[in-house]
Amino acid sequence: MGSIARIEVKDGNPVAALRDFCARLLEDPEVAAVLAPRLLPGGAGTMPALVADPAEFRDVDPLAPSFRLNAARMLTRLTRGADDGGLVAALLRPCEVRAFIELCKLNQGSQENALVISLDCSGAFTNADYPRYPGSTGSTGELLGFLSASGRGEFGGVEVARACRTCEHPTSPEADLSIGLFGQNVEQGLLVMANTPRGEGLVTRLGLAEVADDGARAKALDELLAERTKARDAMFDETSAATSSMEGLSTFLSACVNCYNCRMACPVCYCKECVFLTDVFDHKPWQYLSWARQRGALKMPTDTMFFHLTRLAHMSTACVGCGQCSNACPNGVQVMELFRTIAASTQQAFEYEAGRNPNEAPPLSVFREREFPEVTGGLD
Amino acid sequence: MQELNVMPEAQSAPAPDAGFEPAIVAFVCNWCTYTAADLAGTARMVQSPNVRLIRMMCTGMVDPKYIIKALLDGADAVLISGCHPGDCHYINGNYKARRRVKLLGEILPRFGIDKRRLKLTWVGASEGNEFAATVNRFAAEIKDLGPIDTRRLRLR
Repeated sequence: MGSIARIEVKDGNPVAALRDFCARLLEDPEVAAVLAPRLLPGGAGTMPALVADPAEFRDVDPLAPSFRLNAARMLTRLTRGADDGGLVAALLRPCEVRAFIELCKLNQGSQENALVISLDCSGAFTNADYPRYPGSTGSTGELLGFLSASGRGEFGGVEVARACRTCEHPTSPEADLSIGLFGQNVEQGLLVMANTPRGEGLVTRLGLAEVADDGARAKALDELLAERTKARDAMFDETSAATSSMEGLSTFLSACVNCYNCRMACPVCYCKECVFLTDVFDHKPWQYLSWARQRGALKMPTDTMFFHLTRLAHMSTACVGCGQCSNACPNGVQVMELFRTIAASTQQAFEYEAGRNPNEAPPLSVFREREFPEVTGGLD
Repeated sequence: MQELNVMPEAQSAPAPDAGFEPAIVAFVCNWCTYTAADLAGTARMVQSPNVRLIRMMCTGMVDPKYIIKALLDGADAVLISGCHPGDCHYINGNYKARRRVKLLGEILPRFGIDKRRLKLTWVGASEGNEFAATVNRFAAEIKDLGPIDTRRLRLR
């Protein structure tokens, strides 16, 4: 357990305190720029911005419950390869941290070049729901209400995304620094916890005042985890029941139009080129006609089930449950529900948990000489 | 991808009775199981005709999507067979295949595809008798299991 420090909040405005914290990060000689969520014009939520000028933190808002995209992919672009541009400090949600770790394992980014700072996550609204959240207009009062409830309940008639309501990883012990909000009076102060030597170094250099752990965060987190785990298990049961047969799965996916937005939005769909966009699936007209004759009728577009099952096989062991697949679906397919449910099984089968430990190799990238004897009928 | 012609006209609407003849797609490695199949053939061993062999250079190159496609397009079962552990021509391809089969063995049964419809075996180049026995056992097992749901549903 690393040291714990405190960020003082003035005028009851934690967002301003975090903007100030970001500016101080930028003053650190090691930090070249800060990647942080920044408000979009017109109350449309936030998107990540790479800020190199302290004056530009004025619109940064790491607490807005908006999650338009998973920034892990953005951070990989800023950190991959040899260290030549300096350290990027990134303020991320825990699921973004875990996705970033998965991508680093595949050499698509580098933790060496990133200073990862995660914030306790109360969840976020879907892109469709966010405008209805009353705080989208920038009201600090609404935000404080949202944070004090840790995202529970309805806000302007909308709840946080189901992925967030069922997320059992609202904190990120994997990050270099964690900013603690749970169990805190965020109008007065936020916790800063160092989880790595790099994080410790930064806390020391920033000269933040150390504080003792009063246990309030752990208690609030336990309560939240109990609720979310219960919601998650209910979601697993519901999804398993709906997809327990191929017919059920076909019904579950029936609104899918093969737009592949889920694949685009998925932070851990790691292929540089998806096979479903290649010539392999550029079927010739005679091929379609032959399938249609063989079956009597052919669903168009083809390969919907094939796409989702293949994606499950390819990335479910890396799924961090961020829910961006459902967020990106234009037709309300419950992609997150399906992928999280299956990912829970596949990750358990390999005793793996996506994003948990940078030193754990992705299950399909390694093997042992003797393992899984049940697969080959006891013969190894 | 080539169409796997596993649904000949005569079998397009199989009755759930004893007349059911399963279509089994087998991905076999060039160095061990294909050679064993060749041996079984040249030795005139009796083999169930339900298996369509696809010769791969190594079981380590059987992508999960080959298996998924075969099952979605109406193959009643998929057999993957390669070199015994330690014997892989490419050193470790069969270990990779084992992990992929383990993975699909977790995914496919969640959607009602019986785990027994996907089988991984090790059959060495000299084991023609073992190949014939594996094929015959597997074909009988799938015959008992009946046709796969995807035949009826005609999904794509």
